[in-house]
Amino acid sequence: MRQLLLFVSIIVVGIVFIGRLFYLQIYNSDNYDLFEDPAIRKVYDYPKRGFVFDRNGELLVANQPSYDVMVIPREVKPLDTVEFCSLLKIDKAQFVKTYNKAYHYSPRLPSVFVSHLSKEDYAVLQEKMRKYEGFYIQKRSLRDYQTSIGANVLGFIAEVNQGQIQKNPYYKMGDLIGKQGVELSYEEELRGVKGVKFIQKDRFNRDLGPYKNGKFDTIPVPGKDITITIDSKLQAYGEKLMVNKRGGIVAIEPKTGEILALVSAPSYNPNLLVGRKRSKNYNKLYKDSIHLPLIDKGLLRVHEPGSPFKALVALTALQEDVITPSFSVTCRGAYHYGGRRPMGCHCGGGRRDLTKGIAKSCNSYFATIYRKSIDKYSNASKGMDVWSNHIKSFGLGQYLGTDLPIGKKGNIPDGAYYDKWYPDFRWGATTIISNSIGQGEILTTPIHMANFTAAIANRGYYYTPHIIKGIEGEKINKDFVTKHETTVAPKHFDPIIEGLYDVYENGTAKFLRIPGIEICGKTGTAENFIKIDGERMQLQDHSIFVAFAPKDDPKIALAVLVENGHYGSIYAGRIASLMIEQYLKGDITRTDMETWLLNNSLEDEYIKPYSGQPFSIN
Amino acid sequence: MYRETNRYFKFDWITIILFLLLVGYGWLNILSASHVGETFNYLDFSQPYGKQLMFIFLTFILIVLVLAIDAKFYERFSSVIYIIAMLSLIGLFFFGKNVNGATSWYGIGGMTIQPSEFAKTATALAVAKYISDLNTDIKTFKDQIRIFTIIAIPALLILLQNDAGSTIVYASFFFVLYREGLPKIYLTIGVLLILIAISALKFGILATILGASVIILTYHFTRRKKPAFYKTLFTIIACSVLAFGVKFFYNNILQPHQQNRITLWLRLEKDPAKLELMKKREAYNLIQSEQAISSGRWTGKGFLEGTRTTGKFVPEQHTDYIFSTVGEEWGFVGSVFVIILFVLLLLRILHLAELQKSQFSRIYGYSVAAIMFTHFMINIGMVMGLIPTIGIPLPFFSYGGSGLWGFTILLFIFIKLDSNRINEW
Repeated sequence: MRQLLLFVSIIVVGIVFIGRLFYLQIYNSDNYDLFEDPAIRKVYDYPKRGFVFDRNGELLVANQPSYDVMVIPREVKPLDTVEFCSLLKIDKAQFVKTYNKAYHYSPRLPSVFVSHLSKEDYAVLQEKMRKYEGFYIQKRSLRDYQTSIGANVLGFIAEVNQGQIQKNPYYKMGDLIGKQGVELSYEEELRGVKGVKFIQKDRFNRDLGPYKNGKFDTIPVPGKDITITIDSKLQAYGEKLMVNKRGGIVAIEPKTGEILALVSAPSYNPNLLVGRKRSKNYNKLYKDSIHLPLIDKGLLRVHEPGSPFKALVALTALQEDVITPSFSVTCRGAYHYGGRRPMGCHCGGGRRDLTKGIAKSCNSYFATIYRKSIDKYSNASKGMDVWSNHIKSFGLGQYLGTDLPIGKKGNIPDGAYYDKWYPDFRWGATTIISNSIGQGEILTTPIHMANFTAAIANRGYYYTPHIIKGIEGEKINKDFVTKHETTVAPKHFDPIIEGLYDVYENGTAKFLRIPGIEICGKTGTAENFIKIDGERMQLQDHSIFVAFAPKDDPKIALAVLVENGHYGSIYAGRIASLMIEQYLKGDITRTDMETWLLNNSLEDEYIKPYSGQPFSIN
Repeated sequence: MYRETNRYFKFDWITIILFLLLVGYGWLNILSASHVGETFNYLDFSQPYGKQLMFIFLTFILIVLVLAIDAKFYERFSSVIYIIAMLSLIGLFFFGKNVNGATSWYGIGGMTIQPSEFAKTATALAVAKYISDLNTDIKTFKDQIRIFTIIAIPALLILLQNDAGSTIVYASFFFVLYREGLPKIYLTIGVLLILIAISALKFGILATILGASVIILTYHFTRRKKPAFYKTLFTIIACSVLAFGVKFFYNNILQPHQQNRITLWLRLEKDPAKLELMKKREAYNLIQSEQAISSGRWTGKGFLEGTRTTGKFVPEQHTDYIFSTVGEEWGFVGSVFVIILFVLLLLRILHLAELQKSQFSRIYGYSVAAIMFTHFMINIGMVMGLIPTIGIPLPFFSYGGSGLWGFTILLFIFIKLDSNRINEW
């Protein structure tokens, strides 16, 4: 028996070792990944990020070199800190602080010591750099905006965050990624593919040479240049007109769905988010809760569409065959129904047919035809479903599917929506009569409005609004060249368009006419509320305007929202008209309107609710 | 039968083939762990792989010499060999060269020789000789003391040279003595000692004494034939003293780095900051070694392809940590292959030892198996983080001339003795 002790020990140890090997190598080990191997240094070679051009070939975004001073703390030799600090334009305390931080991070690995040197500082420093051992200059590439406009469209790039790294293993710590606008939408095209060199290192982090003679190294693929649909002149003009106002302008080329201008005001100069002051500026923009410069109002501001929506109500009624263009209603200053408080009307009263109804924006007329459309069906819910489908075929109440990274759905209610609100099904067309004039439960964003205006201009179809015009050597997404037909037959559009034309000729926008251009448009005014400290307050109405021109060969369709701008024609109408003139003619004849816009500010209006003082509206 | 007809086939070729496989495979891994750059010359004697190639070549000369000497020589001159070996150990105190804190080397020209690698063979011969003497009775206390002395002298000398790892190897003679009839009480005490040591450090003295008391008393009262109570009481007191002794030994005798190794192994440190520091200082090798092995997965990264090996992430990788190279470059498959080679070799030696007619050959063979087993267990156990860090080489695998020659002589003397077992004495 005594012989067994060693025999058994040998076998047991053998089995335990194999078990331990299994645990270490199989059970507790991840698949080998060269990128994760700490013995291999990965040196990335970043390609040039693609340029951005506007539709006329004007360069909007390029790149600029930037110079960071890097430090490897362990290699730093005693130096003349006074001179060094003055070269870097920092003080001694900051020098010590940054150095200690870098040392704490790693004595052996490079850390950024001073980022984004100016070209001038770099030129001076470069010559003296060899005096300072342990410091070196690292070149990086930053965006260089050739323009001060379109920040909301162009977006910006910034360092990836942890979440993005986890989601997409392409990105490594310190990489730059598009965070907004086309930089985000077309990130993959713009960034190209970075190259990587694998270098074998030893445990002291010294390079031993290329790993396997560079067998796995890749060369960078440069980013592609893109052309966007924005007309930078129009965009710039829109931004200029929106000075001291808050809101958005969305201009679309109806025939293609290309976004000609996407103005968000107030905006910011895109150059603010480049370079040394980036994070400071970003914080400032982020915290401005009155102007919200980082919010793209054209895409994100959800509001009631107001009167422009009446055009769709009329189209639906025509398609549903409940009226003909000659159908008329006599307005007595209000729409009376079901013994409740009547819905007021500002049209002045009188006999209204379809064209006049639109031109004068008669509430009574649209309440009547809306009610007819719903009541055509045996129950309100079914009628509402049919109505809702027609409206939605204009792109409303849904994400439009643009190639901009943000957007809102808005709201177009259907039968089920009200069935849920009124569970005992006690609702009818009159219950929800506000919808007929673009209020009630109807919610849209400016881009929704621009899109349905384009659909009207096209007499029954639209292309998904998009910002991309071309990617170097690539076809653009086929979704953007697919026609979306509305459910309203083309023949029904002419009387509506006549009505919209009449808005300029005889109606609410008569004083906005532009000589030589046949413009169709519609004013809108939307009530809006704000909640401050739990108290609901009504604010000055939003000024809304939609328009397209020329009437018979539409080249531009647009929607303008000026927050708290009162009547649609006051601010939005002026802006829309001038934008059309700018785009179609290239210069401005109605300088009176332009001057008026540049000199009138709504800043007071925006501060009112926060002033703590009582205020009046409208 | 074939052994009688052909003198070349009287050697145990299975053992020799296992030996050759280990040496060859070992050298490939030394090459991996020590080469620099993509191109290299195998005969570059300034590099470990080149030197080892030379050591291996010299080993074959050594083997021929060992096998050429008459088998009876080893038994007859075992005492002389032992005395020479002890003198060479003593000589270190006067002429020794200090490498890495241990004075275990003689420097001769450009070479260094580590006599402790040969002292194991000498001690094995002496132990075999003494026990196999007709007048020796291992059951008597007097002979036990003498045998322990034979073993303790080299162990103590090596310990004084600050090479605690090599000292521990002498504990492997316990397997031999137990096989040859050392009373069971020693095994009991040995196991108890280990258990109490671990328990005292891990759970504290009080818990250990209480635990030991409960177990011993339970044993006392459940036996049908109750042992004398004073014996039980004595055992409890002995255990308690032992517990205190272990704690004292740990706190006052062990050097700080040895304390830390045990602390890490038993996971005694709770303060994360201190633990982190301790890991950085004491467990750097181990962590690198475990990670290198882990990264090998099933089949490894391939010969000369290990990134951590190439980057020399594991310090001492070509010597004590050679097994991590196997783990990284040859993966689970290659590592298990090494384990199996060792287990087969050890079992083969054990088997042959039991076949010996002469008691001397049997005891010597048993010693060979026990010594090599101890090295195998401690080295690979350490590299994989199963036991605390104890720096001793992996037989035939690790870089180093003395080690290779020491183990070769140890093994081949037994092969020679074995080849002679059917001859008349």
